[in-house]
Amino acid sequence: MTAAEHGHGGGMPRRDFLIVATGTVAVVGAAAAVWPLVDSMNPASDTLALASTEVDLGPIAEGQSITVQWRGKPVFIRHRTADEIKQARATDAATLPDPMRDEERAPNAKWLVLVGVCTHLGCIPLGQKNAEPKGEFGGWFCPCHGSHYDTSGRIRKGPAPANLEVPKYTFLTDTKVRIG
Amino acid sequence: MSEMQLKNPMLRWIEYRLPIFSFIDHSVGSQYPAPKNLNYWWNFGSLAGIALVMQIATGIMLAMHYTPHADMAFDSVERIMREVNYGWLLRYFHANGASLFFLVVYIHIFRGLYYGSYKYPRELLWWFGLIIFVLMMATAFMGYVLPWGQMSYWAATVITNLFTAIPWIGVGITEWLWGGFTVGNPTLVRFYSLHYLLPFVIVGAVFLHLWALHQHKSNNPLGIDIKGPQDTIPFHPYYTYKDLVGLGVFLVVLFGFVFYHPNYMGHPDNYIPANPLQTPAHIVPEWYFLPFYAILRAIPSKLGGVIVMAASILVLFLIPWLDTSRVRSTKFRPVYRWFFIFLVIDVVLLGIVGAKPPEGIWILIGRLATLYYFLHFIIFMPFVGWFERPLPIPDSIHQPVLGAAVGAAAAGENKR
Ligand code: HEM
Ligand code: FES
Repeated sequence: MTAAEHGHGGGMPRRDFLIVATGTVAVVGAAAAVWPLVDSMNPASDTLALASTEVDLGPIAEGQSITVQWRGKPVFIRHRTADEIKQARATDAATLPDPMRDEERAPNAKWLVLVGVCTHLGCIPLGQKNAEPKGEFGGWFCPCHGSHYDTSGRIRKGPAPANLEVPKYTFLTDTKVRIG
Repeated sequence: MSEMQLKNPMLRWIEYRLPIFSFIDHSVGSQYPAPKNLNYWWNFGSLAGIALVMQIATGIMLAMHYTPHADMAFDSVERIMREVNYGWLLRYFHANGASLFFLVVYIHIFRGLYYGSYKYPRELLWWFGLIIFVLMMATAFMGYVLPWGQMSYWAATVITNLFTAIPWIGVGITEWLWGGFTVGNPTLVRFYSLHYLLPFVIVGAVFLHLWALHQHKSNNPLGIDIKGPQDTIPFHPYYTYKDLVGLGVFLVVLFGFVFYHPNYMGHPDNYIPANPLQTPAHIVPEWYFLPFYAILRAIPSKLGGVIVMAASILVLFLIPWLDTSRVRSTKFRPVYRWFFIFLVIDVVLLGIVGAKPPEGIWILIGRLATLYYFLHFIIFMPFVGWFERPLPIPDSIHQPVLGAAVGAAAAGENKR
């Protein structure tokens, strides 16, 4: 190569620099072009907008549960019996697979609100109706791969790694709750 | 390539401009040399190709009547069954065809395992086969979601939830896959889009698979290389006709299911429309996923189960290097032959475990069978290859075929 092809001076030949610079811009550009394609698969604005659900707790008698739908997911609302509350609160949280105190999960002890989706692979646990199996800890039982949840919705046994999720909710009045 | 003798002037005109006839003749015709000793286990490759074409043909016709929407999909499939002319035939053909496609591919894979078809120089050929297998699983899974019955919905839920096991970003990835917070209409529509796309990606992968095949030609039951023209016969007419015989048997089996037991391999719960608020009491995947499902459930940890299940397929990519034997064909491997038989039993056992509820003795059997599966590939394959003394190998393919005695001397000096 002659000096003219190298451009002026030594170091990195000008052509190599141009190739690296062009290549870098092309890669960044391609990545920027791919993002809209990828992001188009994320939940759309109208899906995100289905944010909250209001529920009247009046008709739910002690020892009964109802299931409502929030963001397409089932939400369990249980009016717990004194026994269930006692059981949930007496358990030493530190010994659990996913340690959490019942006081944090249900500040208003009578009412337990849970996302009714098994934290293993997303089946809906049984136990909402009194005739259904409630598992070895008196809460819910997921038949898909055998996860047992207690009366606070905490995982006690089986393949699920975490407690049933407690969604964000607020009491609007004593008998009305807004989920989300 | 263009020395082809064509009598028809029209064909000659085309051939001169686009040498397509000689290309076909060199690919699957009289100019493609195949080992002369291929047995019926070698039918399953072309059979898989035909099954793929049949899935695409019936699928395209179904797509003309199917409605990809959560509120309408189930009814549109019922309409295909009751109102569309021959709709029942198309759907039963497509559903049972998918099952038999997997059966054919499983036999094809075990054929490769027995005769060492993954070994040098066919490693990439083997890889493309595995890639096709993975794409097929994705395609069949998404197809099964389309009728939007209870099994469709809950299979989609459980399988997509596997991604939530990934630390930190798992939930984000899963909601991205769903296009929402649960499996729902956006999920159904994108699965339909991909179910239409992936079979054509498979077609592309099949071309690469065949390209690699044609580079070193078919392996054969003896597992020795082609040494010259005396070892081969032309693919057409010999193997084209042999493959047709196999196709006849395949169609008899397929029609047996389609006309007499169309729902034998299905699950009755899939005739209940999807209900996002109720999981069926006992969910099982289609039979062809059962061994993997058993492996998933054998590990008592969510992330662990997903990793081990993925590893059960990934390990197959490594076997060209895990197998240390000098000979390809298990025919000449007195020790490994037993391990091969145990592997087949083990995979069938995993399939049985996958269909049982995970209780009592089945948990233990599932764990042992999973352990054995990995022991086979990671321990037995390399070690048996080192210690085993293979039987004498014939000198060439044509020798035993022509009935000449395989001299001990010839076998002794044979190097591979
Ligand atoms: C690799 C090839 C393919 C496989 C393994 C496959 C597998 C499946 C399976 C297992 C089902 C569910 C059947 C049922 O239970 O009803 C299905 C449904 C469906 N497939 Fe495919 N498929 C393939 C190719 C295609 C192609 C290329 C198309 C369209 C162009 C297609 C269109 C459909 C449609 C519309 C349905 C819904 C109707 C129904 O459920 O029968 N498939 N597929
Ligand atoms: S989904 Fe509940 S135990 Fe697997």
